[in-house]
Amino acid sequence: MSNVTNLGRSGLSDWVIQRFSAVILAAYTFFILGSFLIHPDMDYVQWKTIFENNLMRIFSLVTLAALCAHAWIGMWTVSTDYITALQFGKRATAVRLLFQAGCILLISVYLIWGIQILWGF
Amino acid sequence: MRVFIKFAKGLALLTGRLAESINLKDKRPVNLDITTIKFPLAAITSLLHRLSGIFIFLGVALLLYFLDLSLQSESGFALVLELLDSVFVKLLTWAVVAGLLYHLIAGCKHLLMDMGVGETKEGAHTGAVTVVVLALIAFMVAGVWIG
Ligand code: HEM
Repeated sequence: MSNVTNLGRSGLSDWVIQRFSAVILAAYTFFILGSFLIHPDMDYVQWKTIFENNLMRIFSLVTLAALCAHAWIGMWTVSTDYITALQFGKRATAVRLLFQAGCILLISVYLIWGIQILWGF
Repeated sequence: MRVFIKFAKGLALLTGRLAESINLKDKRPVNLDITTIKFPLAAITSLLHRLSGIFIFLGVALLLYFLDLSLQSESGFALVLELLDSVFVKLLTWAVVAGLLYHLIAGCKHLLMDMGVGETKEGAHTGAVTVVVLALIAFMVAGVWIG
């Protein structure tokens, strides 16, 4: 199986990327939740110190990339499951491409905005 | 409930007919009569995993907005806390965090099952019950913490 709009050009590599990015996202989520546990009354300086660290910047950037890949594959899967001829008839392909374009747009905004946040303070 | 089932049944039949009339070449049978489809707990938790994924894809915007403000300056950080004083923002934030926690918990189960853990009918049910219990606890903790 191959399709021009999926990320890794095949279902298997998409499946692997989806799992790999899920693990990164889970690790990052646990890390942030853990930092809230360690600093129950977090103030600005503590918060800033966490994100200023270069390792943390890399971790955040890798997670941002994982988020973009994960969200794209996830939303692509959803779009190919639900936006089909069964629901949308002849217009299905057009509607699906429009939906996918919207997802790409939002993902691009997240990516650029995220990089600006991580390097802009 | 009756009305809902009737409505869903009608909708399913309609989609089926539409599909028939549109997709004449495709002769494969399609069963969309949801009153005959069983929805075990594992199917519901799986559907919720998908819905939560779509929801947090949009919710990330809120999280990035908070991250942006909170890192910019001391006053930005204070502004996030101030925003979180409002009940509406509290609820919205709780919804996104709850969605993320649900997706995380169900996602971990998904990954475990991908590795072959609990791949039986009973295992699937136990896994689904575990996801529900853990998620409910996580929702409450998040609620207390944000509230
Ligand atoms: C903010 C971050 C996240 C977003 C926006 C997101 C979004 C999505 C979306 C839209 C899907 C597609 C739904 C589907 O195919 O059923 C998905 C699938 C998935 N997500 Fe996430 N997710 C995030 C974080 C996570 C985390 C932390 C995990 C941790 C375990 C995870 C695990 C999974 C798995 C395993 C799938 C595949 C489901 C399948 O193949 O059916 N995700 N995600």
